[in-house]
Amino acid sequence: MSVILIAENISKQYRLGLVGTGTLAHDLNRFWHRIRGKEDPYLKVGALNVRNAKASSDYVWALQDINFEVQKGEVLGIIGRNGAGKSTLLKILSRVTSPTTGVIKTKGRIASLLEVGTGFHSELTGRENIYLNGAILGMTKSEISSKIDEIVAFSGCEMYIDTPVKRYSSGMTVRLAFAVAAHLEPDILIIDEVLAVGDVEFQKKAIGKVKEISKGEGRTVLFVSHDMNAISLLTDRVLVLKNGKVSFEGETDLAIKEYLKGESEEPNYHFDEQIDSPKIREIYIDTSLPNNIHEFGKKLKINFKVELPFGVDNLALSFQVIDEIQAPITHLWQIDSQFNVKREKGVYLFSCIVEKSRLYIGNYSLRVYLSDSKNKERFDFIDSACNFKIEMIKNKRDDYNWEPGSCKYIEDSKWVIEKI
Amino acid sequence: MNSDDKWLYEISSKHKLINFNFKEIWRYRDLILLFVKRDITTVYKQTILGPLWYLIQPLFTSVIFTLVFNNLGSISTGNIPPFLFNLAGITAWNYFTACLNGTSNTFRGNAGIFGKVYFPRVITPISVTISNLFKFGIQLIIFGVFYLYYVFSGADLGVTSNLFLFPVYVIMIALLGLGIGMTVSAMTTKYRDLTVLVGFATTLLMYISAVPYPLSEARKKLPEWVADIVAYNPVTQIIEGFRYMLLNTGTFSWLGFFYTLFICVSLFLIGLIIFNRTEKTFIDTV
Repeated sequence: MSVILIAENISKQYRLGLVGTGTLAHDLNRFWHRIRGKEDPYLKVGALNVRNAKASSDYVWALQDINFEVQKGEVLGIIGRNGAGKSTLLKILSRVTSPTTGVIKTKGRIASLLEVGTGFHSELTGRENIYLNGAILGMTKSEISSKIDEIVAFSGCEMYIDTPVKRYSSGMTVRLAFAVAAHLEPDILIIDEVLAVGDVEFQKKAIGKVKEISKGEGRTVLFVSHDMNAISLLTDRVLVLKNGKVSFEGETDLAIKEYLKGESEEPNYHFDEQIDSPKIREIYIDTSLPNNIHEFGKKLKINFKVELPFGVDNLALSFQVIDEIQAPITHLWQIDSQFNVKREKGVYLFSCIVEKSRLYIGNYSLRVYLSDSKNKERFDFIDSACNFKIEMIKNKRDDYNWEPGSCKYIEDSKWVIEKI
Repeated sequence: MNSDDKWLYEISSKHKLINFNFKEIWRYRDLILLFVKRDITTVYKQTILGPLWYLIQPLFTSVIFTLVFNNLGSISTGNIPPFLFNLAGITAWNYFTACLNGTSNTFRGNAGIFGKVYFPRVITPISVTISNLFKFGIQLIIFGVFYLYYVFSGADLGVTSNLFLFPVYVIMIALLGLGIGMTVSAMTTKYRDLTVLVGFATTLLMYISAVPYPLSEARKKLPEWVADIVAYNPVTQIIEGFRYMLLNTGTFSWLGFFYTLFICVSLFLIGLIIFNRTEKTFIDTV
């Protein structure tokens, strides 16, 4: 296999805050350094791209020293949290913006499916827009003409193809746009989260098309997604970005594990600020394995540290276990008024013990409520806290492997079988 | 394996002074045509008069100019009918401002699309210039109609032997409009002040560009330093030359011609350089 694309030391610096006051001064300073043959003074500064840290400089490195190679015919996945630099990297690759330092060399033409539908003109008909959009994406008129029937059929908008796009439903616009983009024939195709559009039927079609492009036609594809399922289905190798740097590069399965591990780095909940009403200070789970990974059927202990700045008579603490699609699986509670307890001011540790947790394989989190049960005043509400993961380790099932998503929990049950 | 020399292209922060890649632009020629088509067809969609609007604007302006400057202000246009004189000036001026305004908004107006797809950015100003050329052509036809009308009603009109320079004048207008427009467009990505400036500056520029009066009148009636400003203004030179080509009025000198040509080409090149510098990273600042 031959290398089709090399990225060497790609970095991208952005200015934080508003472009405005000071811009001219910085520009002049830069210019002054340049005419004296010196380096840009602002390249030396710049903070690491950590979204939730406090800004320590006016400049930030959205990407820093990115190096990678792509082989011809390979499908490379790029994953990372929001703000890890994925989009910036794609923008540089698709030549929308240029890197601050470094160079990308390519042997093929790159086209991107970044947010489809760019350049659609609402007054033009669907057909005219196919031509316009195709040309914007780099096709020639004759190329489009030879594929127009295919494109129209794929979009499923035959009826409206000679109607101005402004009369289209938003779904139809997206379908048409994806249809154009999917019929591009570049050497390297960049796909960014476009599969999340359209209805279920169209999504299936779109994923199929991407598969066909990458596997069937042997095209080189760079695929960016948050959908680990799609990543594992489509890619051979994955680049994990974290805070603007490559934190892992390698086989898809290993990369996804690495990424998910990074995801639950700080799984527990803390609240450290001054309070004047009852608040939850801390939430942590005692799982059977470290890193908030829990084995099915083992004892699970969920702890809440609650601070009451004054006495509360009818305190109610409850939580729901939420799955990946934000659906509640179970609801557990502790209501003081049931037991006639009046709590004094102070810090309490509430621990909920589940002797034999029956949650099935998957990722879960907690949604926690702290209220006064009599006058319905809500003191605290925490969503998506304490991500934890249930695994089936050493818990083998004969003949059938455990498939994620086949259920949410397994009932404690027994079978009675008689021959009749 | 020494394959480093086979790269198709490189993406880096370095740039050449002028990055006018004809091969690449040629590859995108269909896009230019489609942009031109889009610009022309969509402006007057859902209007009753449609492309007639291209004609109404210069005709009405000429009538008003004739009433105000020639009747009320008694500016002499020699033996040329004032209406025809104004129409010629306005046709040329319109093409200039259309190119200038159309290109000066390139980056801001197309930020959405530039932020997502790559194509040679210079395609946009080129297509604006071409689609305006189409409007200019229509306006030139209406000028021709009135020209013939006046000839048949006995006006003393003649065409100069320098008419072969006419296309060069059209190109000069386009280059000047593009040059200034691209500069402004590049600057406004960071400093929006220019947008405001361009809005009223073009209106004022018209008055020191000898659009509603001949340069000879300016020499006669204006203070000398103002007349000099008018005379050395390249737009004046273009408008005067344009009227000279079509109506055989005013002055023409080869010195003035080459002076104007030089200015237009220089401003165009400067605009192109600034445009090229900006196109790579403007999306970060716009």
